Amino acid sequence: MAITIEIPSALRLHSHGSAVVTIDTNERSYESVGAALGALESRYPGVLDRVMTEEGDLRPHVNVFVDGENSRFADGLSTPIRDSATITILAAISGG
Amino acid sequence: MVGTVKGAFFVWSDAARTSWRIDGPHFPGESVYALALDQRNGRHRLLAGTRSFHWGSVVRWSDDFGQSWTAPDRQNVKFPAGLGVSLVQVWQILPGRASQPDVIYAGVEPAALFESRDAGETWDMVRGLHDNEDRPKWQPGGGGLCLHTIVVDPNDARRMAIAVSSGGFYRTDDGGNNWQARNVGVRAEFMPDKYPKFGQCVHKVVNHPARPERLFLQNHWGLYRSDNWGDSWTDIANGVPSDFGFSMQMHPHDPDTVYIVPIESDQFRCVPEAKLRVYRTTDAGASWKPLANGLPQKDAYETILRDALSADSLPSAGIYFGTRSGKLFGSANDGEDWNEIAGGLPSIVCVKAAVVGAPAS
Repeated sequence: MAITIEIPSALRLHSHGSAVVTIDTNERSYESVGAALGALESRYPGVLDRVMTEEGDLRPHVNVFVDGENSRFADGLSTPIRDSATITILAAISGG
Repeated sequence: MVGTVKGAFFVWSDAARTSWRIDGPHFPGESVYALALDQRNGRHRLLAGTRSFHWGSVVRWSDDFGQSWTAPDRQNVKFPAGLGVSLVQVWQILPGRASQPDVIYAGVEPAALFESRDAGETWDMVRGLHDNEDRPKWQPGGGGLCLHTIVVDPNDARRMAIAVSSGGFYRTDDGGNNWQARNVGVRAEFMPDKYPKFGQCVHKVVNHPARPERLFLQNHWGLYRSDNWGDSWTDIANGVPSDFGFSMQMHPHDPDTVYIVPIESDQFRCVPEAKLRVYRTTDAGASWKPLANGLPQKDAYETILRDALSADSLPSAGIYFGTRSGKLFGSANDGEDWNEIAGGLPSIVCVKAAVVGAPAS
């Protein structure tokens, strides 16, 4: 099984063009959305830098959905995930 | 170089400065509060502090005048782990001394100083300032808690100074290990003690390399000069319609000549009487003269922010400023006469002028 992380177009420069990143969960589970995002550190660190601050917080105008549910309305980066979860990173509806 | 809340624009002219070509936007949709051109060590490197509302802030650079830009994979200006703070944006980029041609400084929000020793590619926080005992008591101004001004001593690599809104003016004499508040004589209208040790909302400080110990300071209420690197400050608001303002620019050739754009008040942040006037002193603040020829003098509800006033280095100095309403004005004769170079740009937060190459003789 694998976790699927959907990368927004604005960040694909930092994922070498990949729109989807898969993280294998056959040998290791990721207990939370934050842990799964952390797995990006070794593969696409630039993506992680733009989703999370240097303090490890989700940037205020970025939303991360787990199987379609906004993690902000669950337990944030501590939100539990399934081994086959789909994580979707999106810019929030905000700006000026 | 024009930084706006929705990207950067590069506005080009020849030495006559009568016609202009606008190139941009670069980084469309991102705010650009800091721009610089570093021409030391054989480089022609543009540096830009860009902030995506969603994805954070980085310093990018271009070695081909903006035809291509780096897109750093990692956030290259980053607070050390464990400090409990994260970068909001870069407010100032300043190439350092000629004697240290790969050193560049950056002032950021939340207020901190960063240093690059590889011409802007990687950055480290200056720990000595962060560890200053006053820092936890600095308070954010309207623009956030930002370190927006960096002033170096071209002759002494150990001495430099910074300004923070709202923390005040600080100087180091030992290369950044220790910093002291240097605000004696600078008032803080918004504090019970009007002359505290620190906490002033300094908006901009400038000096001239020919006389670096002489500083001019535009305060959140107050216009000052120091002749001793900030050890003491003297009020020089002599004949200005308001001593509130943000921007301040040194003349490129005369250490007694400074430009400001007064703002009516902190409650009404537009130019006084809705007349757009630059004020210039040529006697180090003993007197100020309005410069308005060519600038709108009726219904001009304009605001010029702290980094939106600049000068080039040509013999007849070009003076430039941008407004929050997106107009760019310029003078090719020391501010005597003005023209609107561009209108309709996004809100302008930063204007930096530079001469590239030698003008035709």
